[in-house]
Amino acid sequence: MIAENLPVLPIVLPILAAPLCVILHRPRLAWPLAVAVAWATFGVCCALLARVLADGTISYQLGNWAPPFGIEFRVDSLNAWLMPLVSGVGALVLTYAPRSLAAEVARSRHGLLYGVYLLSMTGLLGMTVTGDAFNVFVFLEISSLSTYALVSMGPDRRSLMAGFRYLIMGAIGGTFFLIGVGLLYMKTGTLNMADLAERLPAVKDSRTVLAGLGFLATGLSLKIALFPLHLWLPSAYTFAPSAVTAFLAATATKVSVYIVLRFFFTIAGVGESLGNGAVREAIMLLALVGIFVASLVACFQQEVKRALAYSSVAQIGYILVGVTMLTVDGMTGALVHVFNHALMKGGLFMVLGCVVARVGGSRLSDLRGIGRRMPLTAIAFVIGGLGMIGVPATVGFVSKWYLVLGALEAGLWHVAAMMLVSSLLAVVYVWRVVEVMYFQEPEDAPEIDEAKTDEAPFGMLLPTLVMIGATIWFGLDTDLTVDVARRTAAMLLGGGS
Amino acid sequence: MREYTVPRVVAKILIPYILLYALYVQFHGDFGPGGGFQAGVIFAAGVILYALLFGLAAARRVVPPDVVRVLIAFGVMLYGGVGVATMAKGGKFLDYGVLAHDPVHGQHYGILLVELGVGITVTAVMIALFYAFAGRRSA
Repeated sequence: MIAENLPVLPIVLPILAAPLCVILHRPRLAWPLAVAVAWATFGVCCALLARVLADGTISYQLGNWAPPFGIEFRVDSLNAWLMPLVSGVGALVLTYAPRSLAAEVARSRHGLLYGVYLLSMTGLLGMTVTGDAFNVFVFLEISSLSTYALVSMGPDRRSLMAGFRYLIMGAIGGTFFLIGVGLLYMKTGTLNMADLAERLPAVKDSRTVLAGLGFLATGLSLKIALFPLHLWLPSAYTFAPSAVTAFLAATATKVSVYIVLRFFFTIAGVGESLGNGAVREAIMLLALVGIFVASLVACFQQEVKRALAYSSVAQIGYILVGVTMLTVDGMTGALVHVFNHALMKGGLFMVLGCVVARVGGSRLSDLRGIGRRMPLTAIAFVIGGLGMIGVPATVGFVSKWYLVLGALEAGLWHVAAMMLVSSLLAVVYVWRVVEVMYFQEPEDAPEIDEAKTDEAPFGMLLPTLVMIGATIWFGLDTDLTVDVARRTAAMLLGGGS
Repeated sequence: MREYTVPRVVAKILIPYILLYALYVQFHGDFGPGGGFQAGVIFAAGVILYALLFGLAAARRVVPPDVVRVLIAFGVMLYGGVGVATMAKGGKFLDYGVLAHDPVHGQHYGILLVELGVGITVTAVMIALFYAFAGRRSA
């Protein structure tokens, strides 16, 4: 039963556990269930990845209705590789969540929050696994709606406003996506992705299809927070509960990047959509401008969460620059960066969650003297920060290496130079935090005993260190990530046109 | 609305038929127009009409908010549970054909249970939305 239904289990497990969390309601009962299910989902996703790497693409027919009429789940190396990331980060952050939430969210809401969190995970995994264009929209809405709820549960009154802004922008993005899918359906008469890929070349020049792809691109740009459509992201990440931010920053935009790759590379074909000059250069230009503007804005933030949120916008820029190079190295860099940035940014936000749990805030002034008070937490931030800069032996170096390599291979010297220069901006916004943590004394604090530390609770510290440790592990041992990414990149670039 | 006799009496006569009609739409959904969504909304409309005429407190006594919360979750679990049952019986997820010896009967049972799940959740969500808005203190 388990082996043959493997592709559907990452959806079924969390979506059934979510209502159970709502029924149990008491955090003491709901949390163990949610954590157990999240780790089980991670296990299933790993098994799925192993099977795809061994046997190739898996197709699963929901309700035994044959595609293209029934809904098909289709797992190839591109999405099989993303699913352990989403479920693994989801499970790790959930393990970390209760102590962090205790400091930020009323206890009566914890049970509901775990349920909504699992729903959000379901939606993201569903978008990844499905092989049906309309089904993507359904899962997109599941994940988006639950994310709006998660953001608005934040500790601040401004969380509600942040959630509402995200809702407006997200709803516009979702609608544009649906219009795009509708236009493609109008011209091809099918919603199944594999079937779409076959029928689209015949009608590729019609205005309907072009408009459809345009709507898809705009809607997805909103969802991935491509500059200048990123305005919802900073306040959503700043005002959501810390654990929620860590999960969202690591996964939500990454899954949308996957949808972009799926639609514009495997379905529409590289040659037809991004290949012809203008569109490709426009996206690359926006991505590059986004890297600089967002990194620069990050350098002037007083709230560290907001600085990291702007840095996320910049990182999305790196990913898209890699994608639009249309070289195997560039695409490998982009795919590896999807993975690596999820680990780094998830880890950094978890560190901030630890600080918030102890100090009560994550403004620069709150971080004074953290280096002495919470040594392990501070070290974790430094390592994560080094990753953001791209120092060797961290994951950040691996992705930047391949991105620069890809740029040189494509003959884009100026792009390679700009990526290196923009890393200096990362040095600035990471150093500001490190300086405050280690070299500034808390203003009104009583004399601190040198030997006495005040670390975050063990239940939070351990998952944080595991996540930050993973950024070093995958920075040194690149076999798994780079090999799979390279195979996938070759598939994406070779499969189209 | 408490002081108006006519609407109260009319509502008292109408509400049972509204609920009965909801059940008809629910269970006749596989043969005619209807199904869980429509039935859920009609059923919830009956409860909301009761709340409008007899007050929120009375409605909350009839359908307590805690029960609503459990029903929201239960409907989803019924839907998903059917899918798990089909997997346990050796079929694909939501392959109703394996639920009975005759695949046609199996399809029938499956869709009936799934639609019931939809109906329960939609009813409960509609009532929960009404409670949430009606329960707000005016500023």
